[in-house]
Amino acid sequence: MIINHPILGPRDSSEFVYLGDATLLKRPDWQAEDAAEQFYDYLHTRDNPAGLHRELWYHEQGDRSWLVVTRDTVTHEITKVELARDVARTGGSA
Amino acid sequence: MRYSGFRVLKEALTGHRGWGPAWRDPEPQSDYDYVIIGGGGHGLATAYYLAKEYKQSRVAVLEKGWIGGGNVGRNTTIVRSNYLLDGNEPFYEFSLKLWEGLEQDLNYNAMMSQRGIINLMHSDAQRDAYIRRGNSMILHGADAELLNQKQVLEKYPFLNVKNARFPVMGGLLQARAGTARHDAVAWGYARGADQRGVDIIQNCEVTGLRIENGKVLGVETSRGYIGAKKVGSCVAGSSSKVMAYAGMRLPIESHVLQAFVSEGLKPVLPGVITFGAGHFYCSQSDKGGLVFGGNIDGYNSYAQRGNLPVVEDVIEEAIAMFPMLGRARLLRSWGGIMDMSMDGSPIIDKTHIDGLYFNGGWCYGGFKATPASGFCYAHLLATDTPHETATAFRLDRFRTGNVIDEKGSGAQPNLH
Repeated sequence: MIINHPILGPRDSSEFVYLGDATLLKRPDWQAEDAAEQFYDYLHTRDNPAGLHRELWYHEQGDRSWLVVTRDTVTHEITKVELARDVARTGGSA
Repeated sequence: MRYSGFRVLKEALTGHRGWGPAWRDPEPQSDYDYVIIGGGGHGLATAYYLAKEYKQSRVAVLEKGWIGGGNVGRNTTIVRSNYLLDGNEPFYEFSLKLWEGLEQDLNYNAMMSQRGIINLMHSDAQRDAYIRRGNSMILHGADAELLNQKQVLEKYPFLNVKNARFPVMGGLLQARAGTARHDAVAWGYARGADQRGVDIIQNCEVTGLRIENGKVLGVETSRGYIGAKKVGSCVAGSSSKVMAYAGMRLPIESHVLQAFVSEGLKPVLPGVITFGAGHFYCSQSDKGGLVFGGNIDGYNSYAQRGNLPVVEDVIEEAIAMFPMLGRARLLRSWGGIMDMSMDGSPIIDKTHIDGLYFNGGWCYGGFKATPASGFCYAHLLATDTPHETATAFRLDRFRTGNVIDEKGSGAQPNLH
C-alpha cells in the first residue's frame, strides 16, 4: 500500500506503524459521570467495518507525523490522507 | 457408511462405486432448536458435539460459502497446547486431548501427526520465560521439555548455533503437539455431524437476526428466514459483521494473516519449529511442502489477501533460520481474516440477548482450538453454563478488567 502523505507525498506503508481506528483521537472526559464505561468503549470496543475505515498511522521511519488515513478494508484502497493534527483541531474523527 | 481398511479393499475390487457423499445437502427447514452461524471448523465441531455429547437434535449449521473454504482451509495446521496463563492452558490442553482421540471418534483420517513443536530460544531471558511457560504447562497436565543446544541439534542438525545474528541456545519442546490435515478436520466433523442428523446448509449467508423483546427468534438468510430457539455465532474473522445485526460492538478488530507453502522438498523438518527471535513457524507437510507463516499484516482488513512487506519479513525470518532454503521456491501464499481480540484470547459466552451466543476472537490460534471450542460451545448452548475449561473466555472480561493477555501487550490487537 502507498500512503500519499500530505507533506511528503507518496510513501510506502512499511515506513509507518498502524495504531487503529481514528476514534482513538477522541479521548473521553475522565471526569464524566460514566467515565469508566466511556473508557471501556474507547479502549476495547471497535466498529471494525468492512468498507471505509478511518485509521491512525504513524510515520515512524519518516517525519514522525500522525496521519488519519481513510482506507477500504475490503480492497485496501486509500481514498484520503490527512494530518491527524488537522483532524484533531477541527473536532476529532467522527 | 463406516470407513475402514476392509471397506477400501472392497471398493477397490468393485470399481469404487459404493462411496457416497460424506454429508447430505438438505434444504433448510422452517425452524430448528439450534442454528449455528458459520460452517467452519468450530461451527461444525459445535454441531457435532451438540448432537453427540449433549444429545440435541434439530441442529443446523449455516455456511455462506462451502465447507472448508474459510479459515479452516487457510491455516498452517499446527496443533499444540503450550500456553502460559490459567485462563488458557486448561482449555488448550483439553483441546489437545480431543485431538489425540479425534480420528477414532470421527472415524475419519485427519492425518493427525504428533511430531512435536520446538520453540527455539536465543537469549537467557527467553530461556527463563520458556522455563516458566513449560512449568505452567506441566502444572496443567500438559507435557513440556526444555532442550539444550545439543538436544535441539540432534533433531535439527542444520541450525546455526555459533555465528548467526541470533544463535540458537536451545528450545522448549512439546512432544505431543504436531499437525493435522485442516481440510480433513472440517470434512470429518461435517460427516460426523451429518450422520447424527445435523443439517449442514451451504451457500446460505446470514443477512440479519430477528430479535424481539430481547430474545432471538431466528435468522434472516439468503435462503429465507429460519426460526431458532438458540442461535450461536461462530464466524471468527467476520464476527463484528454478524454481531452488528444484534446491535453489538465487539472488542475485536479483523486483521489479515498470510500463510505460505514452498514447493515439495525431501524430508528436512521432522516437526514444527518456531523462530524465537521474531515470529515465524514452520512445518513440512506430508507432500513435502514447507508450510509457514509469521505475523499478521497489522492493519484492519477483510480482504483475504495481504501485502508484500509482510511476505518479505516472513521470508527473511525463514532464511535467518534455514539459510539452506534460499534456493527453494515459494509455491503459494494466501491470506485469511482473523478476529483479533483486544487481549489476544478468545470469547465463548452468552450475550445480553436471550438465546444469542457468541464464539469468536480466536486471533490466529483458532485451528488448534477447534475440538475444544466446539465442545465448550456445545456445552454452553446446551446447558447455558460455561464448560469448566472455558470459564475465563467471557465477553465482559474487558469491562471488568479480567483480560487474558498471554503476551502482556495491552489492548492493541496488532501486537498479539
